[in-house]
Amino acid sequence: MPRRTDIQSILLIGSGPIVIGQACEFDYSGTQACKALKEEGYRVILINSNPATIMTDPELADRTYVEPITVEVVEKVIERERPDALLPTMGGQTALNATMALVKRGTLEKYEVKLIGASAEAIHKAEDREAFKHAMQRIGLRVPASGTAHNREEAIKILEQIGFPAIIRPSFTMGGTGGNIAYNREEFEKIVEWGLAMSPVGQLLIEESLIGWKEYELEVMRDLKDNVVIVCPIENLDPMGVHTGDSITVAPAMTLSDKEYQRMRDAAVRIMREIGVDTGGSNVQFGLDPKNGDMVVIEMNPRVSRSSALASKATGFPIAKIAAKLAVGYTLDEITNDITGVTKASFEPTIDYVVVKIPRFAFQKFRGADPTLTTQMKSVGEVMAIGRTFKESLQKAIRSLELNMNGLSSREGLDRGIPEEFDREQALERVRQHLRTPIAERLWHVADGIRLGLSNDDLFALTKIDPWFLEQIRELMQFEALLVGQGGKKPAALAESLLWEAKELGFSDDRIAQLTGATAASIRKQRTRDGQGRRGVTYKRVDTCAAEFEAHTPYLYSTYGSECEARPTDRKKVIILGGGPNRIGQGIEFDYCCVHAAMALREEGIESIMVNCNPETVSTDYDTSDRLYFEPLTEEDVLNIVEREQPLGVVLQFGGQTPLKLALPLSKAGVRILGTSPEAIDRAEDRERFRDLLNKLGLRQAESGMARSVDEALRIASQISYPVMVRPSYVLGGRSMQIVYDESGLLEYMGSAVKASSKHPVLIDKYLSDAIEVDADAISDGTNVVVAGIMEHIEEAGVHSGDSACSLPPYSLDQSVIEEIRRQMKVLALELGVIGLMNAQFAIKDHTIYVLEVNPRGSRTVPFVSKAIGVPLAKLAMKTMVGKSLPELGLLEAPAPLHLSVKESVFPFNKFPGVDVLLGPEMKSTGEVMGIDQDFGWAFAKSQAGAGSPLPKGGTAFISVKESDRPAALDVVQQLQRLGFTVQATSGTAAYLRNHGVPAETVNKVMEGRPHVVDHIKNGQVALVVNTVSTASSHADSLSIRREALNKGLAYYTTIRGARAAVMGIEAILKKELTIRSLQEYHHRS
Amino acid sequence: MNKAWLALADGTIFEGRALGYKGETVGEVVFNTAMTGYQEVLTDPSYKGQIITMTSPHIGNYGMTPEDAESRRIWAEGFIVKEASQLASNWRSQQLLQDYLHEAKIVGIEGLDTRALTRHLREHGSQQGLITHVDGDPRRAVEKAQAAPSIVGRDLATAVTCQEAYRWTEGSGEWAPSLDHKTGVGATRRWRVVAYDFGVKLNILRRLVDVGCDVTVVPASTTATQVEALKPDGIFLSNGPGDPEGVPYAIEAVRQLIGRHPIFGICLGHQILGLALGLKTYKLKFGHHGANHPVMDLRTRQVEITSQNHNFAVEVAHPISAIPDRPPVVDTSFGQVAVTHLSLNDHSIEGLVCLDRPVFSVQYHPEASPGPHDSAYLFTEFIQLMEKQHV
Repeated sequence: MPRRTDIQSILLIGSGPIVIGQACEFDYSGTQACKALKEEGYRVILINSNPATIMTDPELADRTYVEPITVEVVEKVIERERPDALLPTMGGQTALNATMALVKRGTLEKYEVKLIGASAEAIHKAEDREAFKHAMQRIGLRVPASGTAHNREEAIKILEQIGFPAIIRPSFTMGGTGGNIAYNREEFEKIVEWGLAMSPVGQLLIEESLIGWKEYELEVMRDLKDNVVIVCPIENLDPMGVHTGDSITVAPAMTLSDKEYQRMRDAAVRIMREIGVDTGGSNVQFGLDPKNGDMVVIEMNPRVSRSSALASKATGFPIAKIAAKLAVGYTLDEITNDITGVTKASFEPTIDYVVVKIPRFAFQKFRGADPTLTTQMKSVGEVMAIGRTFKESLQKAIRSLELNMNGLSSREGLDRGIPEEFDREQALERVRQHLRTPIAERLWHVADGIRLGLSNDDLFALTKIDPWFLEQIRELMQFEALLVGQGGKKPAALAESLLWEAKELGFSDDRIAQLTGATAASIRKQRTRDGQGRRGVTYKRVDTCAAEFEAHTPYLYSTYGSECEARPTDRKKVIILGGGPNRIGQGIEFDYCCVHAAMALREEGIESIMVNCNPETVSTDYDTSDRLYFEPLTEEDVLNIVEREQPLGVVLQFGGQTPLKLALPLSKAGVRILGTSPEAIDRAEDRERFRDLLNKLGLRQAESGMARSVDEALRIASQISYPVMVRPSYVLGGRSMQIVYDESGLLEYMGSAVKASSKHPVLIDKYLSDAIEVDADAISDGTNVVVAGIMEHIEEAGVHSGDSACSLPPYSLDQSVIEEIRRQMKVLALELGVIGLMNAQFAIKDHTIYVLEVNPRGSRTVPFVSKAIGVPLAKLAMKTMVGKSLPELGLLEAPAPLHLSVKESVFPFNKFPGVDVLLGPEMKSTGEVMGIDQDFGWAFAKSQAGAGSPLPKGGTAFISVKESDRPAALDVVQQLQRLGFTVQATSGTAAYLRNHGVPAETVNKVMEGRPHVVDHIKNGQVALVVNTVSTASSHADSLSIRREALNKGLAYYTTIRGARAAVMGIEAILKKELTIRSLQEYHHRS
Repeated sequence: MNKAWLALADGTIFEGRALGYKGETVGEVVFNTAMTGYQEVLTDPSYKGQIITMTSPHIGNYGMTPEDAESRRIWAEGFIVKEASQLASNWRSQQLLQDYLHEAKIVGIEGLDTRALTRHLREHGSQQGLITHVDGDPRRAVEKAQAAPSIVGRDLATAVTCQEAYRWTEGSGEWAPSLDHKTGVGATRRWRVVAYDFGVKLNILRRLVDVGCDVTVVPASTTATQVEALKPDGIFLSNGPGDPEGVPYAIEAVRQLIGRHPIFGICLGHQILGLALGLKTYKLKFGHHGANHPVMDLRTRQVEITSQNHNFAVEVAHPISAIPDRPPVVDTSFGQVAVTHLSLNDHSIEGLVCLDRPVFSVQYHPEASPGPHDSAYLFTEFIQLMEKQHV
C-alpha cells in the first residue's frame, strides 16, 4: 500500500526530560521517526521539552515546540498547528499518557486529529492492567494471578488470595515506578501506599510473584496488512523479579529450544492482534518456569521502548524508523532493508554474534537509596557490547561500563588465585549473602562464588540465573586461572596460543596483564608485533542476516576471527569518541554534541567515524555517521580502531569525561587529538596548573588549597575559613563533592572521600555563600572567540551547575558583570588555545567575579545554549577543529535573543524512597527541560511544568527556612501574599515573619505533634513548599516534608533564589495567558 | 583440545577444534542461519550429503531431546559450529550436543570463524568440503574435499526413505502451532493421505495428523499403482535431500497421479511436482537454509516468515525479477499452473498451484520445526482441497 494521502501533517510527542526508565532511547526513536516522516513529505510538528535532544533540532521538524508536555500545552499546539494526525508511540510513556489525556479531554475529536500507529483502544488494552489481563485470558494465554486495587483495603483482599511474595505494580507509570516486591505484611503496606501515590490514576496491580522464572522479551512489528515479524528475542540473564531495564540482557535468546521459542512467537503475534496495535513496534515480555517451561505473559508496551532501541542496535533493524513508515500506510514488504539494500523489511533478522547489555547504576549518588534490584527500574544508563560469543561480549560490555573494571575483577581479592591464610569460609558466606538478593554487582559476586568453589547448582539456587550463563562465567574463570598459572612461569611472554585464545574470549590487554603480571603495553606489543597482520583484531559487520547477504552499511564490532570486514576507505576521516553509558553527570547532552560533530564532518566532506557503546543513543544509529564502531571506549579498543582506520585525528571534546580520560594515553600513543590540545585540557583540569593560569591572567579564584592528608586538609580549611567546598581532583558530575561547615564535617569527608580516590589529592575551596553562579559557553578557532551564552543560575553557587536551573540571558545580573564575564571567557579561551568549545563557571559575590572552573570542551549546556540562541554550536566547533575559522563559518558574534530560556533540572528522587531531595555540590539530576517565553516568569513557569511540578496559581504556601534566609524570605512571603497565597510557616519562621509585620499561620513540625505539616501536605492542603536548611542535623528533621512534597508532585524550593524565581513565575501565569511559539519562529527560520 | 580442519574444494582451509566423533567426513558445505532448532536441522533428512555450518555462534545451549528429532537419526554428514556448549540448560534436555554427535558417529568442527566461512560460501557458492580430525596435511585434505561426490544428479532420497510403508498417528500435541484463526481445523472426517517419504520430517506427519489426516507413509520408490491401491483421499509429497532430477521414478509416479487425487508437495516434493508438470529446476548458488525467509503469498499479498532448506528451485520460462501484481501463470500439459508464492529475498519460486487440477506445493517448510508457524495454514488448505474434491 502506498503512503496515506489523506493526511499531510503529523504531530509527534517526545518523551520530555531524561529520567530513570525514559532516557535517550526516545531521542533515538523520535529522531528516526521525524526523519522518516519528513522523508515521506509530511509536515512534522514536534513537541518535546527536552532541549538536549537531536529530535528538537529545528531541521528535523517543520515546527518544533520546546514546551512542557502537558495536556494544556499539547492542546494549544494542536489548536495552533491543526495537524491531521498524531503519532503517539515514539515518546515513551510520556507521549502515551499525554495522548490518552487528549483523547479523554476530547481534544483529538474536536480538532479532527487521527491517531496513527496505535488506537486509543489498543493503548488502553495494553496499558490498563485489568484490561490487559482480560485480553490475555481471551486468547488463552496465562498471566500471573493478580488483582487491581485502588486503595489499601482492596490491596489486602487481593493479597489474601495471592500470598507472599507479592509484586505491586502501579498502573500507567514508566520504568515500573513505585513497583516493588513485598515479602511480608509491613513491606506490603508500605509499597501499596507508595504505589498508589505514584500511579497517576491511583491504581495498582497486585500480582503473584514469579521470582526466579526466566524472563524474555520479543520485539514485534506489525503492518496494516497484518504482516507480523519478530525483530529479536532477548533473554534476561537476571531472572524475573529484576526490572528488565535493570537486568543484564542477552540477544538472541540463549536457552530456548525452537519449540519453546516458536510457542512464544505465536503468543506474541496473537497478543499483537488481540491488543490491536495496527502498525509499528511493540514489546512483549514473557516469564518461563525453568522447571517445566510454563509460560506467562508479563506485559506489553504498544510503542517503541528501551528494548526496541536495544533490539534495533542489536540487529541493525531500525524499529522506530520502520514503525513510522508503517504508521503512514506502508507495509513491511514495501520497505527496503537499508543494510543489505536488496532485501525487504518484512523478514526476521538473524544474528551471528551475541549482544550483551549491562545497566549502569548510580546508587553512590543517592545516600540512603536501597540498592536492591526489584521491579522498579533504578539504573541510569546502559552499555551494549557485541562479540562473537557470550563470553567475549560479556567482557566487552564490562569494560564498556567504565567502572574501573577491566573484566570480572574479584571483589574478594582473588584475581590471582586464593591467597594463603585466606578465610575461605568467611568469604563464601559474604559472597552467598551478596548473591541472595539481586544487586548491581551480582555478576562479579557470581565470579567470586565460582573462584571459591561454588557449583552451578549452588549458584543457581542462590541467584536463579540460568546455569548456561553460569557455565559461561565458569569457563572464563577457568581460563583466568590458566592465565594466572602461565604468568607465574613466564611473565615476560605469554604463550602465543594462550594469548589469542584470551583475546577470542574477550579479555582486555589490561586484564591479561593483571592476571599474568605483565603490563598492558607489553601484551599489546606482543599482540601487534606483526602490525596486526597475520593474526589480530578483526571487525565484523552487523548485517541483519548472518552474512547471507552483503552488508552495505559499515556498522562494525571487533572480534578475534580470521577475516576482517572493516574495509577502511582512503578518504579524509575523523574519529569521534562518544560518551559511553549514561550516568549522572554524563548524559544525552554529550551524545547530542557527538551527533552534531558527525553532521559537521559530513558537511565538510570528511568521513565521520563514531565509536560508542551506548545503545540508547542517536550517535549509535548507523545512519548518523559514515561508519560506526560499536565498541568500548577504552585505550585498547580505541587504539585498535585508530590503527585500522588511520584517521586525520580523533575528537575527544564532545563526549564528556569518557573520551577526555583517554586524551593523555591516546596522545602518548601518537594519536593526533583534534581541537584543543590535551596539554590545555590538563592545564584546566589540574588544579595547581589552573591556579597558575588564573594568576597569569589576573583572574580571581575563591581561596583554595590542596590536601594530600587529613592534617593538611584541616590546616588549609582553617586558613581559608569554613564553610569550604571539598572535592577530589578530576571529578565527574561533582562526584564526592561536598560543602563542609566545620572541622567534624571535614574529618568525616576525608575519611570517606580520600579512600574513594587515593591517587588524587583533595581540593579545598572557600565556599562562597549566597553567591550567584554563572555558566558560560564559548567557541573559538584559536584566534577568534565568540561567547555564545551566559547563563545565570537560579540556585546560588554551591548547587552543582548540572542541577541548578538557569536562565539565558541572565535575569538579574548587571550588564557590566556580563561584559566582564565575556571578557574573561575570551582571555581564558585564547590563553588555553581553545579550538572548539569551552565552558566555564563563575561565582559572583558583591560584584566580584570568581572563576570556579574551566572546561575546554563541549559541556552539558551546549544543546541548551544552541537551542536558546539558534546557533548549532557543536557543529561549528567541529568545523573549527578541521580548520575552519569562525568568520568563515559566519559566526562573528552570538545572537542576542529577545526571548528568555530557562533550563530546569530533573531528578530521579521519586525512584529512591527515603533519599533527600536537597541540592548540593554533588550532581543528582538525570535530565533537563527548557522553558522559552518572552518573559522570565513564564519561561520559568514553563520549565517547572516541563519538569513535572507546575507552579500553583494560589492556595497555601508552606515556608520553613533557616535563620540566615529569613530576611530574604520576608520578601518572598509578602509577594506570595500579594498574589493571593495563604502562608503557613513553622514556629521559628512564623515568629520572624510576624515580628516583621507579615502575617503567617504557625504549623507544627513533624516532631511537634499532629496535625503537622506533612499531614497538611498529604491532605492536599499545601500548594507550594519553600524549605531551606543549613546543617546536616536539620536535614533529617525536615526530610519528610520534602519527600512528601515530592510524592505529591508539588512545586517545592530548597533555596531562596529558587523561591524568588517561583514567585516571578506565579505572577506571570496569573497575569498573562499561556502562549507558545516554535523554535523556527523564535529563530525566524520560516 | 584436539585440532581439526575444514578443507573446501576450492582450496580454502579453516582450522578449528575437533567436535563429535573422531574421524573424517565429506559433503557439500552449506550454511544455515536459524538461531534455534539445531537438533531439528541435524536430524532433517534433507541434509543427507551435506555438512552444515550453523551461523548462530552458540550451539547446544539447550541440549538434545528425542522429542525434537525430525527423523530417527542424524543425516547430515558433518557439523560446523562456532562454539558447542559445554553445558546444556533446559528442562527437556537429555543429552549434550557433543555426546549426541559422538553417539551418531558424526564428525564436527568448532572454534573456526564461521562468519568468514559463511561469507566465503556466499561469495563462492556451496561446494564440497572435508572435516578431518586426523589428517593435518592441507594439500591432501583439499584433494579429499575435491574428490567428494557432488549432490547434483544424485538420488539421495533412496538413502533416507523408509524401507516399507507404515501408518503414522501421532500429532503435535502440546507443541501444535497456535498462531491464529488460519491454522484452525474444523475436521469433518479423517482424510486418508498417502505420504511419499523422500526424507520426510516427522513434523510434517504430525501436522497432517493435527489437521485430520490418517497418514500412511510409503517409500520413495512406490509406484502410482501401488498408491492407488491404498485408495487415498489425497497424496502428500515430502521434502528430501539432493537433486530432484536424481529421482526420475518419483517424477514418473507423480506425473501419473496428477489430476487423480489432491496432491500437496513440500520442498523436494514441490520440485518433483514441478518436474512432473514439465517445468525445470536449477541449483541455487548457496541455497536457502534458515528460519527467517520472507515469502509473499501472491494471492493475498501477505508475507509469511518461512523455514527453508533447499539447494534447488523450480523455474518458469520467464525469470521473475520483481514482485508481480498477480500470480504469474504458465501453460503445462496439465493445464495452467500459477506461481502462488515468491521469495522476497531473491524472487525465486516458493509455491505453485495447478489451476485445472487439485494440486499445489510449496518450496519452503510450513511444518516449521525449526522455524515460525506462519505457513501452518497450508495444511488446512490441503484439507480444504480434499473436501472440495470429495464433494
